Amino acid sequence: MAIKKDYLRPIDFKTGRIDMNHGAGGRAAAQLIEELFARAFENPALRESNDGAVLPAPPPGHRLVMATDAHVISPLFFPGGDIGCLSVHGTVNDVAMMGAQPLYLAASFILEEGYPLADLKRLVDSMAAAAREAGVAIVTGDTKVVEQGKGDGVFISTTGVGWLPPGRRIAGDQARPGDVVLVSGTIGEHGVAVLSLRESLEFETAITSDTAALNGLTATMLAAVPEGSVRVLRDPTRGGLATTLNEITRQSGVGITLDEAAIPVLPQVEAACELLGLDPLYVANEGKLVAICAPEVADTLLATMREHPNGHAAARIGVVTEDPHRFVQMTTRFGGRRVVDWLSGEQLPRIC
Amino acid sequence: MSTMKYIDEFRDGEIAKALATKIRAEAQPDRRYHFMEFCGGHTHALSRYGVPALLPDNVQMVHGPGCPVCVLPIGRTDQAIGLALDHGAIVCTYGDTMRVPASGSLSMQRAKARGADIRMVYSPADALKIARANPSREVVFFAIGFETTTPPTALVIRQAAKENLPNFSVLCCHVLTPSAITHILESPEVKQWGTVPLDGFVGPAHVSILIGSAPYEGFARDYRQPVVIAGFEPLDVMQAILMLIRQVNEGRHEVENEFTRAVNRDGNLAAQKLVAEVFELRESFEWRGLGEVAHSALRIRPAFAQWDAEQRFDLAYRPVPDHKQCDCGAILRGVKRPADCKLFATVCTPENPMGSCMVSSEGACAAHYSYGRWKDIAIVAA
Amino acid sequence: MCLALPARVAALLPDEMATVDLGGVRKDISIALTPEAQVGDYVIVHVGHAIGLLDTEEAERTLALFAELNASQEAPAP
Repeated sequence: MAIKKDYLRPIDFKTGRIDMNHGAGGRAAAQLIEELFARAFENPALRESNDGAVLPAPPPGHRLVMATDAHVISPLFFPGGDIGCLSVHGTVNDVAMMGAQPLYLAASFILEEGYPLADLKRLVDSMAAAAREAGVAIVTGDTKVVEQGKGDGVFISTTGVGWLPPGRRIAGDQARPGDVVLVSGTIGEHGVAVLSLRESLEFETAITSDTAALNGLTATMLAAVPEGSVRVLRDPTRGGLATTLNEITRQSGVGITLDEAAIPVLPQVEAACELLGLDPLYVANEGKLVAICAPEVADTLLATMREHPNGHAAARIGVVTEDPHRFVQMTTRFGGRRVVDWLSGEQLPRIC
Repeated sequence: MSTMKYIDEFRDGEIAKALATKIRAEAQPDRRYHFMEFCGGHTHALSRYGVPALLPDNVQMVHGPGCPVCVLPIGRTDQAIGLALDHGAIVCTYGDTMRVPASGSLSMQRAKARGADIRMVYSPADALKIARANPSREVVFFAIGFETTTPPTALVIRQAAKENLPNFSVLCCHVLTPSAITHILESPEVKQWGTVPLDGFVGPAHVSILIGSAPYEGFARDYRQPVVIAGFEPLDVMQAILMLIRQVNEGRHEVENEFTRAVNRDGNLAAQKLVAEVFELRESFEWRGLGEVAHSALRIRPAFAQWDAEQRFDLAYRPVPDHKQCDCGAILRGVKRPADCKLFATVCTPENPMGSCMVSSEGACAAHYSYGRWKDIAIVAA
Repeated sequence: MCLALPARVAALLPDEMATVDLGGVRKDISIALTPEAQVGDYVIVHVGHAIGLLDTEEAERTLALFAELNASQEAPAP
């Protein structure tokens, strides 16, 4: 008589829920890792099930870039994405914004007791798909479980590592007066998509989050122009485009002047922001980047971006200026001028 | 690109240029024009579209006290926080109040961090929903705002009474526009100087939809102040400024209506009737920065006492004074500018507001901090 | 006061509610303060309530005045 394989009952992903055993390091935990995470993220390092992953050294002259992000978004599933793919895109993008090629991710999960396994599987599958699409491997990870009420369902923290070619320095302090400011597409979608689900702000809209991995776009961009002509790359996540540009002016000790009419915003995003009293400039994006480049390559860079699926709506939105006060200013569509200042804290919907 | 009908057309940059030219042509170069835009929404429109940059130097806009968050006294926010922290009530509020500093280094947001169940709502109807969904908890709606926001509050009080909802009440801090304008026109400086340092008012857009243009006729007549009620969009405001300039030049002081597409002389009578049914006038109410103002605010009528949080929780009002060197009062009355205040941009900033003018993004000081200070510097484009 | 926008009534709902459309975004709001509003009308929306109707004829008249002003202006502003 054949011995039944493993003597283990497969995890019930349909009706099962996370319980304290899954974080206890015993059989249940190992089973979760094997049947869910390892199966989804399938790669040699993970298959070895050691405490850490041994990674190849970068080619000569290349340096390592590391980035990390914690994801606490609520709701966990939103139009256009979920916390799973978001956690992959976020860290992949942080590495890519340094001008590096992202290769390996680590992922830590804090799971709340009672969270449905069916939903967890959806998230993990989404992460796996996002990682495959971005060309990165999730090589190591961790799982902990907290008691019911002490979490928000799922928190995910990802750390990414990539390789930076020799001599490349793309950083927030590299912008110079005369440089051109580009954005890779329309702004404000992620924040509006998430807000549309919040109780008491419900409104119907076809807006979906723009969450996406941008390493393909950045690689294409950097290959199209001479080394050094792309000064800054940054993805405008929390706080939106306005916050990102203020960070850059502060780091580089310059000013920026924007042309409001040139900033691409979907009509529905504009309308939703009007309804809530939000300014799209301050609303989060998860699949867009800002690029600051030398003026002589701006046209080429823009054309290159527009040919890429993640940059089809790319636009030239402003210039870097000399400004000891480091203001981000804007010529409004209306013909006036205003400062696009730092926000004080989170932007909240207003009545007034 | 955008497709918002009856909004986009009133933001047309070409027409803005034409209006700016006309304003420049008609503003007499040898005199100054100081107009107060009463309403916070207009202050916001001016700064968002950068309108002041399109006006000649001798036409200056003075930001008035028409921002209900700015003029909400600390003592009232304390009451709202107390309801959550001390009485364990679910307190529902508009987003605007969340960060306003109150006593004891608290704000609604900070109180939330300490365990207060404070929830942001978009509409008073949402507060009713929360009350129905939580029958074992007390739910209080923190009602602030001018006449635009008052009728929705009246609706929920009437609805709560209809349903005989046992766990819902309203902390009523609704204030009235005409009283505030009177207060400005009768300020101590005015009595001292014998003249108002203002040449006219841009009347509120949405308050006027509710109350009509008639209430402003007294100001035009008794104080000889031109009033032009303006729509909410930047072209509306610019057109109103042009109309004010014309009134001043021609020595007229009338109530004119630029916002004819939404405002008439009588206002929304159904809404006014509803408000009168639910609310009555308070003899006096403290406005932050202006002190006690007579007949300037509303309280819930005795018939609805069961849904009046002040009655239900036997709340006492404790006034809390502003910093001694805070010049908000003078700034709100249009007799001082933000930069005149010693605290401006030194101790008092948007992150750490000391007084009402900095508390909300539409307050005079916050607006100047955000978009005024760049005017003093020279930008060299490379 | 502030933050009120004209939106088109797309559908009437029970209990004095309506679905309005603003630039393609839809929201359900109360029309208890403007009970006369019909599908196709434009209402001004504030805190989830219609507070008044927009007179579209007056709106067009105002826009026509602006257009006339624009046309009557000569060469670029100083």
